[in-house]
Amino acid sequence: MTDLEDLYREIILDHYRSPRNRGELESPPAHRVEGFNPLCGDEVVVTMLVEDGRVADIKFAGSGCSISQSSASLMSSAVKGKPLDEVRELIFTFKSMMSIHQASLGSNSTDGEDADDSYNGNGDGNGLADVRKLGELAALQGVVKFPVRIKCATLGWNALAQGLDELDAGR
Amino acid sequence: MAPVTTSGSLDVEAVRKDFPMLARTVHGKPLVYLDTASSSLQPRQVLTAMEQYYETCHANVHRGVYTTAEEATARYEGARVAVGRFVGSRDPEREIVFVKNATEALNLVANSWGAANLRPGDAVLLTEMEHHANLVPWLMLAERAGVELRYLAVDGDGRLDLSDLGRKLDGVKIVAVSAMSNVLGTIPPLHDIAEAAHAAGALVVADGAQAVPHFPVDVHALGVDFLAFSAHKMLGPTGIGALWSRAELLDSMPPFLGGGGMILDVRLDRFVPADPPHRFEAGTPPIAEAVGFAAAVAYVETLGMARVRAHEERLTEYAIDALAERLGEDCTVFGPPAGHDRGGVLSIAFRDIHPHDLAQVLDQYGVCVRPGHHCAKPLMRVLGVSATARASIGPYNDEQDIDRLIEGLTEAGRLFS
Repeated sequence: MTDLEDLYREIILDHYRSPRNRGELESPPAHRVEGFNPLCGDEVVVTMLVEDGRVADIKFAGSGCSISQSSASLMSSAVKGKPLDEVRELIFTFKSMMSIHQASLGSNSTDGEDADDSYNGNGDGNGLADVRKLGELAALQGVVKFPVRIKCATLGWNALAQGLDELDAGR
Repeated sequence: MAPVTTSGSLDVEAVRKDFPMLARTVHGKPLVYLDTASSSLQPRQVLTAMEQYYETCHANVHRGVYTTAEEATARYEGARVAVGRFVGSRDPEREIVFVKNATEALNLVANSWGAANLRPGDAVLLTEMEHHANLVPWLMLAERAGVELRYLAVDGDGRLDLSDLGRKLDGVKIVAVSAMSNVLGTIPPLHDIAEAAHAAGALVVADGAQAVPHFPVDVHALGVDFLAFSAHKMLGPTGIGALWSRAELLDSMPPFLGGGGMILDVRLDRFVPADPPHRFEAGTPPIAEAVGFAAAVAYVETLGMARVRAHEERLTEYAIDALAERLGEDCTVFGPPAGHDRGGVLSIAFRDIHPHDLAQVLDQYGVCVRPGHHCAKPLMRVLGVSATARASIGPYNDEQDIDRLIEGLTEAGRLFS
């Protein structure tokens, strides 16, 4: 697989062409967060409805490159309906995958145990950056080879994390 | 010997041999450099001059009495004269201020001239197509000094709308305008604007960052009062640029940055500034970069600026025609049609593919273009886009580079279809 095919995997292109959960939930009651990438002008608006400790509904809007928009689409599918602790873990795992350190370990390395060990420490024990747990999201792994695009991939995730923090703080 | 063909035009093949970077490959493909509007490549002559300076006579300038310090000072001051003459200065020893880049030159004007001459209620006339470098310093001044900012609009062809220039000049003290747009390639009629501005009692500062590297610029022919430009966009090194202004105008201006080298005398309660240009050159200047700047000027003078312009005008027309022919309505190039009032900056929209994705695919084919807002966010809003993919040309580009660009765009189209 060339680097380019690795970056633009079919599932990414699919979410780019046919984004899931696109739009905005009415706010309030939904919580609304905007994320900007001043470098390229990409923007994403995440609206989330948190009920009974779950992300009951989530939508994203905005404009940007295939990576920022498909990542937000994949994110919305992955967290919709999930309990908050699972969502937070997913955010952490995804952002770990997007770190340069993880990239240097090699995505298909056979010494995955070592990779897992280096990310142990939040009590999960299964390895925080275990991309197998990410399902479809693992398709975004190729982004780490293109450091300037990491900000595109994390744009929606940072907005989601900020939203959850704000809800936690009672805003 | 000048790289000129028998017909008298630029011998691009010979020029290309002077640029070491063009010998490298990216992803196994020869490098196609189409980002000169961001920063140009450097010919070997510039690199050699800087290396030779460091190897033989580096010392701080204007300080030592020893031989190499004298030599370094002579090189630095010699660069000032070369750079000044290149833009038509008649008194370069007093009219050229070395700065970090065009951005610093424009900040110098806004802060020094602006702060000394603008009062609340005074107006500054800008345009919608300014680079942030010729916009943010004025916005900062407006906030601080209560100055009103006005803007000349950009019309549907990407040209400045000058129909209401007279009305907009009323009460204006200075006009700050780009001599060539870094997004649209538009070359506005600066001479006409300067004439109207002067008739209305306003000065003109031209952002020459894109103009000076690509066509003959003479400050007296343009009739401007300030001209800002950078070395690294005209085949020179990063870290140095120049501000040209008339000696008596610079003489009337207070210092911008304080420090060593810009004073006549310092006491504990006051200081006396030096005369221009040293008044505006606080601290150890970029000496090797000045040597490189002079070498870049010497190099482009060998090419001949008229020949450079003729080559780039022809290549711009080739590119605009080829993009239209081969990509059809899928491709939009913003800015005026090819012609005398347009430079080699091609801001491209291709289908609905995001510029970042276009640039990413192009990189795989060795083609360097810049995606983004090009530090001109207000202009992006006028164009109704958040970003463009910008291909910009220099004297070392040829038709093959444009063909490779179009091949890369076609591949991107296939990938995102």
